[in-house]
Amino acid sequence: MDRVQALLFLAGALFVIGLLGVVIRRNALVMLMCMELMLNGVNLSLVTFAQQRGDSAGAVMVFLAFVVATAEVALAIPIVLLLVRHARSLDVDRFSELKG
Amino acid sequence: MLVLREPMRVALALITTMTSLGALYGLLGVHVIAAFQVLIYVGAVMVFMVYVIMLLEVREAPGRTRYSRWVVPGVATGTLLAIGLGLGTLASRTAALPATAGGERFGLTAFATEFLNRYWLEFELTTVLLVSAIVAALAVISVSRRRTG
Repeated sequence: MDRVQALLFLAGALFVIGLLGVVIRRNALVMLMCMELMLNGVNLSLVTFAQQRGDSAGAVMVFLAFVVATAEVALAIPIVLLLVRHARSLDVDRFSELKG
Repeated sequence: MLVLREPMRVALALITTMTSLGALYGLLGVHVIAAFQVLIYVGAVMVFMVYVIMLLEVREAPGRTRYSRWVVPGVATGTLLAIGLGLGTLASRTAALPATAGGERFGLTAFATEFLNRYWLEFELTTVLLVSAIVAALAVISVSRRRTG
């Protein structure tokens, strides 16, 4: 197993842990942080591939992913604040008004 | 992060992970990305997150479970995905990393030149994204104002 494979394993592990956290946890803030972890895993794989190819497109892509992550957090935090003020809880199972 | 109960501990674990990833990027030779990983993620995003955790401080009742009812299918899907990703990585034939890991290729000058020469359109599009995110956040705040009267 060379270095590329080890880095890709790490990236996949980060992504799977983040996905598991989004699926199985109930706290809205913890789910947000697990989404950040998924983005970090994808960023690591992008950097690895950019290094492997010797191309700077992957690094530029990581840079754009930073911007997207920042915009996502800036938008998700007010929504979480609104939900918490509405339901007095961070539990996502209580936000079920859109369920038919 | 999957088993910790307090959101603050999850945030601290995530900060540790991000800082370690920044160190990894630095060791790989992508110093620009390493610096921005620490600056943006740890310095801006996670500080914002920690601030919100301290601001909310909603205490969960001790008896409540911390997992949703999707634990079993979630863990099964996650295990399958991990096995699939691992086997795919093992089966892939990857070229080795170059020995001089992109020292001059990913230096600040080369990165900035390429970024603003070839990818200036994407750079401008991110500003549109940021402006729309700000407008959307303001809209969310105005909705919450209207709801509370």
